[in-house]
Amino acid sequence: MENRPLEYDYTVAKMFLFTTMLFGFIGMLLGVVLALQMAWPEFNTILGDTMAEYINFSRIRPIHTSGVIFGFTLSGIFAGWYYIGQRVLKVSMAESKFLMIVGKLHFWIYFLAILLAVVSLFAGYSQSNEYSELEWPLDIVVVVFWVLWGLSIAGLVGIRREKALYISIWYFMAAFLAVAMLFIMNNIVIPTYFVSGAGSIMHGVSAYAGTNGAMVQWWFGHNAVGFVLTVPLVGMIYYFLPKESGQAIYSYKLSLLSFWALMFVYVWAGGHHLLYSTVPDWMQTMGSIFSVILILPSWGSAINMLLTMKGEWKQVASNPVIKFMVLSSTFYMFATIEGPIQAIKSVNAIAHFTEWIVGHVHDGALGWVGFIIMAALYHMAPRIFKREIYSKALMNTQFWMQTLGVILYFTSMWIAGITQGMMWRAADEFGNLAYSFIDSVDALHVYYIIRAVGGILYLAGFIIFIYNIIKTMSARPVEERDLQNATPMAA
Amino acid sequence: MFGLTLGEFQAYGYFALTTFAVVMLYGYIYHLYSSEKKGTKDYEKYSNMALHDEITDELVEKKEEDSKTEDSKQDRET
Repeated sequence: MENRPLEYDYTVAKMFLFTTMLFGFIGMLLGVVLALQMAWPEFNTILGDTMAEYINFSRIRPIHTSGVIFGFTLSGIFAGWYYIGQRVLKVSMAESKFLMIVGKLHFWIYFLAILLAVVSLFAGYSQSNEYSELEWPLDIVVVVFWVLWGLSIAGLVGIRREKALYISIWYFMAAFLAVAMLFIMNNIVIPTYFVSGAGSIMHGVSAYAGTNGAMVQWWFGHNAVGFVLTVPLVGMIYYFLPKESGQAIYSYKLSLLSFWALMFVYVWAGGHHLLYSTVPDWMQTMGSIFSVILILPSWGSAINMLLTMKGEWKQVASNPVIKFMVLSSTFYMFATIEGPIQAIKSVNAIAHFTEWIVGHVHDGALGWVGFIIMAALYHMAPRIFKREIYSKALMNTQFWMQTLGVILYFTSMWIAGITQGMMWRAADEFGNLAYSFIDSVDALHVYYIIRAVGGILYLAGFIIFIYNIIKTMSARPVEERDLQNATPMAA
Repeated sequence: MFGLTLGEFQAYGYFALTTFAVVMLYGYIYHLYSSEKKGTKDYEKYSNMALHDEITDELVEKKEEDSKTEDSKQDRET
């Protein structure tokens, strides 16, 4: 045993790999249920009147968003961290018993937190802040696993062999620090049961009221998009695309510049969620301006990724993992030009509260986030299990099904959103509204059906993905030398 | 404050902050390229940390103060 060469230890990465699939499936399934409910409201009561309380749209919606953001995406990020962290720092988890215990504890407390989140949200406990619905006792559990993640990052960085920190590590560290600050600030509540004996033991009253509460909420909310759904995933693609393709990053200097620019700009952009609200006008303008500037660092990274493939575009055709990642960075560019356009005040006058926003979120979430996480798992699985990918054909099938699903989703929501926005504003020559609200609902029915079809295609692709990864665990074994760059896969 | 209205104060502050941010950004770009030209730092070599990331691979940059680095390659191979 003592003479065995040191190897990377993927125990914790493997645990998070499984939860990525589990929570991804639950979150996306609920997304499809919600889409069906929007198209056919009867789905709200499909399990009878007694169960309607638990499966109606408003009860399921936060479970869908929390499930895909904090279940699927965070699991993917943590799997990525416990894989990439070791490799680019050139240190193994097996070298530190302490870090291994921290890693496993991180996983189990995280798993417990997400399970309790699902149960409590189904039971109706919610503090009614978007993406921040969990009540204060659960927030404390979240803080515990987040601190454990921080310990793991600090620990691995502390015992590293490489002097410099690879760009991905910077992104992981930024995600850790920013979310720690945002989460705690937005969840400061007074648990009145303990202070004055009033109210539920589960509930706390927010430290912020009215407009202030809205500002803190969207400072958090937008940066949840920034520092959960963007920053760590940019860190992941900066590792997985060069590694899988065998190509050095097109410009490492551009990756550094984009990192600092993204850090500076992102935190100011949340005000665009509150355009035309009671928030001071200058703050709305600042939110708009910073959102537009945000194009630069976002495209800096995305273009850097696409140019990394310069001269090697044939790999996009031959390697489905590269295909997923190239489409992912393309959707990243797409979502990060669409967001700033929606944040321009005059455009927002039409886009606000419409389905166009939902379309924007999903071309980012399904196209960028989903694709990069699945590509990362496809790259990691053969290295974790020392086996080739079970089926390349299934990967290609999944790719085209899901791509079609995303396209159906965002195109239908674009048309639906702009239709809604125009109908709500339409007036006759005397200033009377031309349409009632229900007219706009009627006009959208067909688009809701198309969106549900898109969602079903994406979910079906995800089921193929889970099947492919599970079958990979017992596929043909491969040697270490076959795992250098392009992922080995059976036809 | 300083005989300015709040609006004027905000405007000057905004201008100063924007100027500062622009100077910092271009200064950083200048630093990245000039240090590479002067040969003090080659940022592009750090890409190799992803490409050559086996635990037995040569380190891209050794931790200077870390004496274990020299020994660690042996440790990793035995």
